[in-house]
Amino acid sequence: MIRRKREGPMGGKLFAVVVILIALASAVPVITHTFVGATVAPPEDISTHGAEIDKQMDETMIEAGLSFLAAQIVLGLFVWQFGGRKDGPLKNFPGGAKYLVLAAVLLVGAEAIALGAIGTKAWAKVYFQPASADALPIQVQAGQFAFYFRYAGPDGKFGALHPEKIDEGNSNFFGLDPENDIPARDDIQSGELVIPVNKEIHLMMHAKDVGHSFYVRELRIQQDFVPGLDLSLHFTATKVGKYEIVCTQLCGLGHYNMRGYLTVVSQEDFDKWLKSQSNT
Amino acid sequence: MATTLPPPQTVEEQPRSTHGNGLGGGFRHLAPADNNLRAVKDPAGEPARTGIWVGLSAIAMMFAALTSALYVREGAATDWQHIALPPILYFNTLALIASSIALEVARRRVAAFMRNQEASQSPATLWLNVTMGLGLVFVIGQYFAWLKLRSEGLYLPTNPNSSFFYVFTGVHVVHVVGGLGGLTRVMVKFRSSARSLRRSTIDATSYYWHFMGLLWLYLLFVLWLKL
Amino acid sequence: MAEGQVHVAHHGPPTSFIRKHVFSLDHKVIGKQYYGLALVAVFTGMVLSWIMRIHLVWPNSPIPGLQWLSKVGAPGGIVTPEYYLQLMTMHGTLMVFFVLTNAPFAAFGNYFLPIQIGAEDMAFPRFNMMSFWTTFVAFIILVAAFFVGDGPPLSGWTAYAPLSAVGGDSGPGEAVGQTLWGLSIFVFCIASLLGALNFIATTLDLRTKGMTLARMPIVSWAWFITSCISLLAFAVLLPACLLLILDRLAGTSFFIPSGLNVSDHLQPHQGGSPLLWQHLFWFFGHPEVYIAILPAIGIVSHILICNMRKPMLSHKAIIYCMMGIGFLSYMVWGHHMFLSGMNPFSALVFSFPTLMITIPATIMTLIWLGSLYGSNLRINSASLFCIGFISMFVSGGVSGFFLAQPSIDIYLHATYFVVGHFHMVMGVAAIMGVFAGTYFWFPKMTGRMMSETLGKWHFFLTLIGTYAIFMPFHYLGLAGNVRRYSAFTDDYLVPLVPVHKFITYAALFTGAAQLIFIFNLFYSRFKGAPAPDNPWECTSLEWSTPSSPPPFDNFGGQHLVVYHDPYQYGVKSSTGDYLMQTSPERAGETP
Repeated sequence: MIRRKREGPMGGKLFAVVVILIALASAVPVITHTFVGATVAPPEDISTHGAEIDKQMDETMIEAGLSFLAAQIVLGLFVWQFGGRKDGPLKNFPGGAKYLVLAAVLLVGAEAIALGAIGTKAWAKVYFQPASADALPIQVQAGQFAFYFRYAGPDGKFGALHPEKIDEGNSNFFGLDPENDIPARDDIQSGELVIPVNKEIHLMMHAKDVGHSFYVRELRIQQDFVPGLDLSLHFTATKVGKYEIVCTQLCGLGHYNMRGYLTVVSQEDFDKWLKSQSNT
Repeated sequence: MATTLPPPQTVEEQPRSTHGNGLGGGFRHLAPADNNLRAVKDPAGEPARTGIWVGLSAIAMMFAALTSALYVREGAATDWQHIALPPILYFNTLALIASSIALEVARRRVAAFMRNQEASQSPATLWLNVTMGLGLVFVIGQYFAWLKLRSEGLYLPTNPNSSFFYVFTGVHVVHVVGGLGGLTRVMVKFRSSARSLRRSTIDATSYYWHFMGLLWLYLLFVLWLKL
Repeated sequence: MAEGQVHVAHHGPPTSFIRKHVFSLDHKVIGKQYYGLALVAVFTGMVLSWIMRIHLVWPNSPIPGLQWLSKVGAPGGIVTPEYYLQLMTMHGTLMVFFVLTNAPFAAFGNYFLPIQIGAEDMAFPRFNMMSFWTTFVAFIILVAAFFVGDGPPLSGWTAYAPLSAVGGDSGPGEAVGQTLWGLSIFVFCIASLLGALNFIATTLDLRTKGMTLARMPIVSWAWFITSCISLLAFAVLLPACLLLILDRLAGTSFFIPSGLNVSDHLQPHQGGSPLLWQHLFWFFGHPEVYIAILPAIGIVSHILICNMRKPMLSHKAIIYCMMGIGFLSYMVWGHHMFLSGMNPFSALVFSFPTLMITIPATIMTLIWLGSLYGSNLRINSASLFCIGFISMFVSGGVSGFFLAQPSIDIYLHATYFVVGHFHMVMGVAAIMGVFAGTYFWFPKMTGRMMSETLGKWHFFLTLIGTYAIFMPFHYLGLAGNVRRYSAFTDDYLVPLVPVHKFITYAALFTGAAQLIFIFNLFYSRFKGAPAPDNPWECTSLEWSTPSSPPPFDNFGGQHLVVYHDPYQYGVKSSTGDYLMQTSPERAGETP
């Protein structure tokens, strides 16, 4: 049988160098939060529940990052040492498969369970607890391709929605029927989500046409709108400012352009704003 | 000529080994020179039987998915409107069960012929025909069930119950028609001059047919329970 | 055989051109046909991705020629927002279905599974032929969507309802295009089910004498496990597509709720559940991604063992891990739906098995790494792609660790972090497995060697290029860069465009590097150095065929008998440091 000329070790050593360099280079932007001049990190957290999420991310980043680096470096080292080796003495990894399997099960298993268990607390805070009774209720409707918000007005009640009455040309975004529906008469519609700082908001989500999603990075919240389902979110913003709301569920050609603004203001400014809206 | 059977030709079987299927991969179509399988002791482990079980699992999984879709859809909205199942469904059920019984009788007649215990093909052919006839009765009966629903104004999109009724019965009947095709193939092979029907072919076709019957009983139960 | 007997083969050798090369019953031809189809699909999908990446960073620059594909979608060569999404949908659909399910599984599996177990063909050659041609029909139906109506659908390969279910009102491409998509995938499911059936029956029933299940090569195990997963997964997507088509064409309301006002048209449906589509789709969709990666895991393990000249530390562990992953894959589909509006408690229920899948994945990685230690790893194109696979599998895997936790998913869901994750594991690692298999098995399939020099260039450029493309996706995700956007006009996205530019350059560079592979493939087919029957000195049965390519019935009429497992490397024997599975020789002492 013709024996092929076996390749020398150069390819292996090149691989080792490349893979270790790539691994190290990949870690840099994670640590410095910059890549080709752009800032690549989550923005400042302005929510009351975000701290746990950020902590979870940091812990996962450390564990995942270390595993990533360790695996790539070990891979590189082993290929450097044993790649292209001709007729060297074959030996088995000390302990064979047994300890590796055990390590995988115990270490990874423990890590996974720990992260999973700790993460439930942050998840529960957002999703298991209902909004508190004195949260400010605001309704948001997502439709191709904009978000509209509705405040209940002085009567504290929301009017019913009538999809067949939606008339964007006449600013009836929600399909309200003020003539026949008394609670609808004082509802305030807005293209902007204005909320008071440090006040819990109960955001009631309604989809007009297809699936959408509500995402505010700084608030560390994201939730899909599902047509036909009454879903809601609750959160509290802790810092005044203007933040982007973006749609994250593919909803059609305008998906990239579907955004709104969350404006967090002081309680007095909010009351002033609300009053000015109901006068228009 | 017609009264004495030709002596069965000797077929040397592969030595059975303890590993693999003992026959060599794929080399299982040992046959006499004249291709008459009637004399051949059918080797075991033919892939047709394995294949049919695999296929039936896929079909079962598909109906499991449809069943869960039914449950989810029921819970998703309040527009679940009970419909009356057309009574002909129960008659069709009897026809399908009877066809399975007929198929089992047919199978035994076929085996008797292929093992030279029976001289004539007629009994086996008769029972195969009965099976297929009853299967056809089922299919036509399902069509009448649909006509009955339509006469009540229940079409595919009318309400979720009717939608699922048509989907479940429609998908099932498509598979039954496939089964009829399989039975036709068995008949053609059986009656061919080469008598080239293999035991595994008729076995696999029978498992499929019986499964269609069992599946129908399950579907009928779900339809009765939920719709 | 005894006298008076005729061996009636499965099917006689074909004589006509059509029977030999077109409607062939020979699993080897069918395997090559699948490979060819996958090659066309991957090239198309790759070109689509170039157009997408170019549009994202140079939205106002016309792409020459594109206006001829679609006057409406790309007037003057400038991609409209809807056309971007339509191209994206086709990119995903082509890649996931026609490349990743076809190449590592249907192509190589069809070609080599029967040979590796010592059979002369698949269990059902006619079903096999039907599987391929049905897949081909599905491909044609899908591609037809480019040329009819207002183009392909824009709902993504995931086709969420009601966007995909209400018809033309929800956007361009959602009328005829989406229906063609649904039909194509429906047909594809049938083809895949037939294929899976064949693989399972073949593996269980057609092993030759002495070939116990334990003596099957790891890659045959991978194909077998993949076919089991495939059987149950596609059996769920099939009715889902049926229900979607009924919603679209027959007015049913499986997925469409009441009261939808889409583009000022009140939809006549009522009571349906969009979440039902997601559940059905992802119940298929998650096992699907393991269908994509498991054969690559098998191929890589198989090739590494041969090139390391040493068995793995534990083959049983790898096989059990593959089974474990296959089993767990059915329990995790909800991790695609953490924020979908399903019961939040379910999120925790799904998160747990998702995190647990890390365990078999880690075991396999540690065994690969541990087996490399003390080996005599031969460096060639095939083995390089194997170790490249290990690197990418780790990289893609660790990002999954983030996404498996619902609380972190709140921030990372629907961002480029997810896109980076699945491209690394599916788009790169699985494809590296296909490349490894190609370089490794090319000599057996064609009788010629591929160029090692070109192969090494292909490997290093691809390794560096794919990291340069997909690692930055994770950084974008950390910044909250949303996916499936056709333009980056949001305030916080504009500063991230330089990252996207870097990625686009990397993508075009890596795409160009693939031309080296295409050239190598076709050039070597005709002008490559003649290959010996067993150039890699590998023990498994495909290297025992009497010729390369193998004869019509694989072994020239021989009934092979198998004496060993395929891991006899590093042993003293008359052939060198290995023992073929068919060799009755006993191994000498390990040197």
